[in-house]
Order: sequence, then structure tokens, then C-alpha cells
Amino acid sequence: MREFTLIRARSTGQALQAMAAHPQARLMAGGTTLYDLMKLGVERPQAVIDINGIDELRAFDTSGQRELVFGALARMSDVAADKRLVADYPALSESLWRAASQQLRNMASLGGNLLQRTRCAYFRGGEPFACNKRVPGSGCAAIGGIDRGHALLGGSPHCIATYPGDFAVALVAFDAVLDVLGPDGMRTLPVEALHRLPGDRPDLETTLAPGEIIVRIRVPATRLGRASVYHKVRDRESYAFALSSAAVAVTMAGGKVEQARIALGGVATRPWRARVAEQGLAGRALTLETALAAGFAAFMDARTGEHNAFRVELGARTVADALMIASSRT
Amino acid sequence: MSIGPDPCGPQINRREFVLSVLSTAAVSGGAGQARAQNQAQNQAQNQADAAPDTHAGSVPMSVVVNGEPHSLAVDPRTSALDLLRERLALTGAKKGCDHGQCGACTIHVDGRRVLACLTPAVQLDGRRVDTIEGLAGPGGGLHPMQQAFIDHDALQCGYCTPGQIMAAIACVREGNAGSPERIQEYMSGNLCRCGAYNGILAAVQQAAGQMGEA
Repeated sequence: MREFTLIRARSTGQALQAMAAHPQARLMAGGTTLYDLMKLGVERPQAVIDINGIDELRAFDTSGQRELVFGALARMSDVAADKRLVADYPALSESLWRAASQQLRNMASLGGNLLQRTRCAYFRGGEPFACNKRVPGSGCAAIGGIDRGHALLGGSPHCIATYPGDFAVALVAFDAVLDVLGPDGMRTLPVEALHRLPGDRPDLETTLAPGEIIVRIRVPATRLGRASVYHKVRDRESYAFALSSAAVAVTMAGGKVEQARIALGGVATRPWRARVAEQGLAGRALTLETALAAGFAAFMDARTGEHNAFRVELGARTVADALMIASSRT
Repeated sequence: MSIGPDPCGPQINRREFVLSVLSTAAVSGGAGQARAQNQAQNQAQNQADAAPDTHAGSVPMSVVVNGEPHSLAVDPRTSALDLLRERLALTGAKKGCDHGQCGACTIHVDGRRVLACLTPAVQLDGRRVDTIEGLAGPGGGLHPMQQAFIDHDALQCGYCTPGQIMAAIACVREGNAGSPERIQEYMSGNLCRCGAYNGILAAVQQAAGQMGEA
């Protein structure tokens, strides 16, 4: 691992100051992504700003009538076990406890989890594999390579790396926003606008500007929360990344779908809201047929490679199952 | 490198000696100067009181491991796992994958289970760490979870066992040992290549009853 200067920030002000003094620095919270990638030589920061001492960002409050508020440094395990979340927003709780292991959830922060980097083996593997995300302009070894886990949606000729996180997918389904603090003060950023499509710059993953830090996540309180699920299909039952996942919430009125929210995980280059599928369900009865039709609608634009085509039907069926599970929770 | 009493004392072994020489060599070229500059910078920053701590080179820290306080200086690249194994000679926590995928390095920090391989050692500053070595009672008696692993043959090669036991104790204390399904879910971060999972499940169930916290 390359040597680095360690800076320990104890307030958001100190973090901003440190980022201004060390423009190439990386922020470290739980470290479960950054430190791992530093060991692999994929991340080589000259300076690391440890933000774990910023106590003001640890708290979270799910009791609000208008919104749920989560400090960026709240730990995944603590939030997953929150009783209000388990009862009234099961998709949010499940997206957390179905991710990683309890050890990792005890370490990992919510803000860091949103910024978790791809598990693409060509990105993590380093030389001799080409990766436009790791070395811009070097090419993409995943396209035409072992692409079983790669993205079906949102890819470009330069990158098909899957966004690996779960929590961000559930947040996108609930129209959550971020409070982002930077040199020019605070701004609000929808979670859906946080991650970029790879396009021709896969190395640029988020819309955060240099010197900005996520300080809070806010989720509008909604009765959509109760009939919701984070359904995650994996190669094994637990402790694995999604082959496909869906965060789904529904409200029903008179036997018909009033409102549906569908976001996809494990299948796209960023958290993926499936609005066409949502709109197709509104006003219709929810049956296995309509649910499956919505599932396939969500994958209408899927582009498959050599080894990942099976995940189109898997993904569609994941959405359909999620819709049936969510509606059973009303 | 140690600031306080050397935790390895006279028992320092050849590997530790080589490692400590290597790590000294690694910081002496260039980084030594950087550190001197940095100290000057720190002094300047201390006058403007809101400046964050900045360390180029090694970082002083103190940590309580299994009830024993240690003060030492670590290279910020060092993992908690390497600190325990290579500096403090506590080799119970195992290096399996070293990338957070197997659970063999599970320890408790302030009572919570974490992976020592993905925890930078500097993040243990001011914390309380418990490892498998600290489990036995004052008379050397086994923890109920250790005894349960023996009772149920919950291991073959034993390499994953310290991590399994530390994870299992936390699993019970968290209240996640109430059903076989819940135990399986909350123990899923600890892989056992020998496949002793049935024994591990039975052991956690037995110890959960004895620990009285399930």
C-alpha cells in the first residue's frame, strides 16, 4: 500500500478544511471499501481524511412526521435494527441487513455505503486487465469478458460495471435526498442524482464536487413505506452481492394499485428507478400476470452480453415477486 | 516503535524483528523529512485552534486489548489484524482472505464485532478491543461458547474457529440467536471451508441458552 498522510477530522468544518488543504485526499468512514481497495492498489490516495470523529454525523431519527433523517456516519447495523424502520419502512431495513455481514454492517457508514465502488473483478483485479474506471482510456475487459455479474441497464461501450449497493436502491424508490456540504455551503441532492451513468467517463462515478461531503440522508415520510420490500436474489442465501434485487413499495385502493415504486439493484450501472414499470401498474389489479408484465417492462431496455442474459428474466421475476410480497404487507 | 512498555517484551521473535526493521526503513526515506515538516505544520495549526490532526509517518495511539492498555506508534497503513498479530503477538484472530470476505479475523471493538482486516489500526485509538485470547475466565475456564464448539464438534481444521466464536458471542448478545434461521443469517459472514455449519449452529443455540441473553 502506498504511504499516505492521515488527517483526523472531528467536525464537518475540519473535514472541509482538510479537503481544501489536500484536494486529492479521500474521505474514510468505515473503510470497508476504501481500505480494501487501497490494499489492492486500486485506490492510491496521497492523503486520507478519517471522518469517524465527527460525532454530529452519527445520529439518526426515524420518529419525524415529515421525514426520516440519517446522519451520514450512522452505522448500517444500527439503522437496520431501528424498530420504526422495521415496522414502517421494511424495504429500507431489509436493504441494510441483507447487505454484507453483521461485522461489516457494524463498521460501514450509510454515507460510505452509498459511495461503495463496483465489485467488477476487472476493476478490482488491477493489471493486466483493462478498466476505464481504474485507468481512464485503457479499455474495458468486462465487455466480451466474464460478464455474468455485469450491468444489463445503463452500460456504455466504455463500462458495464454494476453498482453493488442495496441501500441506495431502496432510497431511490422512496425519493430520498442528501444534504451535501461543500466550500459554498449546503445543498440538497436527490439520491437518484448522486450516481452518474458511465458514458465515456466511467471514472467519474458521482455528481459530488471536489471538497463536498455527504452529511445527512433524508427520506420523506410516506405511507408507501409499510407495504414495501427489498427483495434480493443471490448465488447463495446470504452474504453475497445481488444477481438482481428490487426495492418495491405499493399502495392499493379498491383492489387496484394506487401507486407503485420500483427500483432495481445489482443489474444496472447505478441505482435504477423503473418508472415505466411503475406507471404501467397504476390503476390495475395486482396479479401474478400484471406483476410479471411490470417486471419485464422494467427490463425493456436491457442489453445483454455473453454470460448475463439469464438475469433479464431473473430480474423481471425478482420485481414480480417483490410486488406480490409488498402488496401482502398492506 | 513502541512509545510505552514494549508489549512483546523480551519474547520478540525473528519475524517481528524483521517486520519492525522493515517498517522503520519504509518511513525513513523521505517520509522522515515529511514528518518533521508536518510537526512544524501541526504547531502552526495548533495556534489556529480548529485545525484537524495531521500525521505523515507513524501515528501515536493507545488501545486496551483484553483489558491490557498499550501505547504505541503505528504506520497508518497497518490493519488492526496486523497490529494484533505482528505487534502484540495475539495470533488468535486469523488472516484468511484479508479483504473482508471470510470473517476469520472477527474481533470485538467496544463490544461490537468487526473485521480486523478492514479496520485500520489507527481507528482503534482510544478503544477497547477483545479477542479470542481474552475469553477464558480468570481461572482459565472456557467461555460457554468455546465449550459449546467443543461439545458439538463445530470445527475440523479450526482455522475459522476464533472468528466464528467471536462472531457467535456477539450474535447472542445482539439478540440475533433466537431461531436457527436468524442464527444462520447473522453468522453468514463467517465462512467455514470444512463445512462444520451444522455443528456451529448447534453450538450457538446451546451457548445462547447458557449465556442467558438470547
